[in-house]
Amino acid sequence: MGKVIIIGAGPAGLSAAITIAEKGLDVLVIDEYMVGGGRLLGQLYEEPNGNWWNGIKESKSLVERAKNAGVEIQLHTPVSNIERIDDEWVIYTESEVHYTSHLLLATGAAETPLPIPGWTLPGVMSVGAAQVMTNVQRVKPGNRGVIVGVNVLSSAIAMELKIANIDVACITLPKMNIPTEKSADPMEVMNSLLHVSHMAPSAFVKLGSKLMTNDFMKRMGITFFPKNGVKMWDIPIMLRKAVVEIYGDGKVEGVKIATISPSGEVVAGTEENISADFVCIAGGLYPLAELAAVAGCPFYHIEELGGYVPLHNEQMQTPVEGLYVAGNITGIEGAKVAISQGVTAGLAIANDVLGGGLESNIQQAIADIETTRDNAYIQFHPEVKEGKRKLQQYWEEHQNKSVAITL
Amino acid sequence: MTNRILNHPVLDPIDESEVVTFTFDNKEYKGLRHESIAAALLANGVRTLRHHEESGTPRGIYCNIGHCFECRVSVNGEQGVRACLTPVQEGMNIESGGKLLTTVRDWRASQNG
Ligand SMILES: Cc1cc2nc3c(=O)[nH]c(=O)nc-3n(C[C@H](O)[C@H](O)[C@H](O)COP(=O)(O)OP(=O)(O)OC[C@H]3O[C@@H](n4cnc5c(N)ncnc54)[C@H](O)[C@@H]3O)c2cc1C
Ligand code: FES
Repeated sequence: MGKVIIIGAGPAGLSAAITIAEKGLDVLVIDEYMVGGGRLLGQLYEEPNGNWWNGIKESKSLVERAKNAGVEIQLHTPVSNIERIDDEWVIYTESEVHYTSHLLLATGAAETPLPIPGWTLPGVMSVGAAQVMTNVQRVKPGNRGVIVGVNVLSSAIAMELKIANIDVACITLPKMNIPTEKSADPMEVMNSLLHVSHMAPSAFVKLGSKLMTNDFMKRMGITFFPKNGVKMWDIPIMLRKAVVEIYGDGKVEGVKIATISPSGEVVAGTEENISADFVCIAGGLYPLAELAAVAGCPFYHIEELGGYVPLHNEQMQTPVEGLYVAGNITGIEGAKVAISQGVTAGLAIANDVLGGGLESNIQQAIADIETTRDNAYIQFHPEVKEGKRKLQQYWEEHQNKSVAITL
Repeated sequence: MTNRILNHPVLDPIDESEVVTFTFDNKEYKGLRHESIAAALLANGVRTLRHHEESGTPRGIYCNIGHCFECRVSVNGEQGVRACLTPVQEGMNIESGGKLLTTVRDWRASQNG
């Protein structure tokens, strides 16, 4: 019997690996990054009970547990392609080819770019890039930054930059154009911002979000939103202004912003410059599922999960034989949910390899995902549960169709 | 090395003991073992990692986690290495990806036209 192979050493992949190895099976985890932990590495926030969620420490402890359980972790190794030949999965890396009967894709998420004039200048980076520079590599992305795009991730990272003593001049919107439409609409943004308000120590934002629970109040909030923004963690959040252009000679020197109307249009003559030596673009996250597509897995676009997700059931199994998925590849959520999905996928794989016996553990693990989701501190989409329900429905339709074909 | 966050209020201090020397476009720099090429260069104030193959405009990191390939450099002669994923090492010889010779472009243009 060969090894189980897992692509991605993030919280989902590592917790699956631990689960499988603890059942006595051989596991190889492949990851292209230089350290294990995936996007968990950069995470840093204070939980309501006053404890810090320190991604570096959490990652170290997952890697340690995996190693102690006998998991082999191969870093610096990008997987370029996967393919099913006969009864096996073939995994291609730059230097080697691996074979397995059971393959878990735990490749996580990627950030959606927002093309703004000037965005290729050195000093412009995704907001996640600034997080990794600051918390993982421990180099300042710059001295003074502007964050373009207001969402859960950019709010969390703005706070992390502050903690590291990096100046954030403001968080603002991109100018409305076709690719950035959603992230540029103040109403949309206000909606999503209501879900980060619990992270804000500022009584104003907390109070404000309570008042804005119905549509009418939200509209009022936008119309009366002060032009210079409210402050969250002492950083002005400007929902009535938008970045029109990032400027600089060979590197970022600042951004040009302008006032925008409640529907997102630029008010002529309101342009002004804000100086900065770095700009973070926050377009939101989507599941990184290319390898599942290459493997021939069916996909569904589910807004609540962040985009196209590979079809899978509650046990994290896809309709493609021997192919499993876990973590943000199945929808955008926090690391704790990814961990519980990894455990579930690990149990499902071990159960299949060992020929049964773990059914009740799997049921328990599925229930744990739900509890973790209910208690999640960071929620990327308020309707994530609805998204999961839709996916389950697609799964059932797909199963019925396959039964019909076999009959 | 002024741009490093040595003492973070929550995270542990970083290990500064293992310094490595490397070159980027023939200039010598110092970095820390276990940091990426992109981080080591940024700590030295270098943001531009390459110039766009056709337009020649400067480019630096964008995603910092291996997705966008904006940070391609050549390391000890090997081209297309992602600076954000690759740890800097003692004696590394790093070169920025440059603008291609214009003849390459002219050739393509004449093929198409
Ligand atoms: C930039 C960014 C910042 C984030 N910040 C936060 C945050 O602050 N708070 C929060 O709650 N959530 C954050 N998230 C969401 C995050 O995805 C989850 O919290 C969690 O880390 C998901 O775990 P995972 O195991 O599914 O994927 P990840 O943690 O993303 O791990 C996936 C791993 O797979 C590897 N990989 C992917 N493709 C390949 C390949 N082809 N070959 C080899 N290796 C590959 C990657 O290198 C990575 O290490 C962030 C996501 C991103 C993309
Ligand atoms: S910065 Fe995107 S791949 Fe390196």
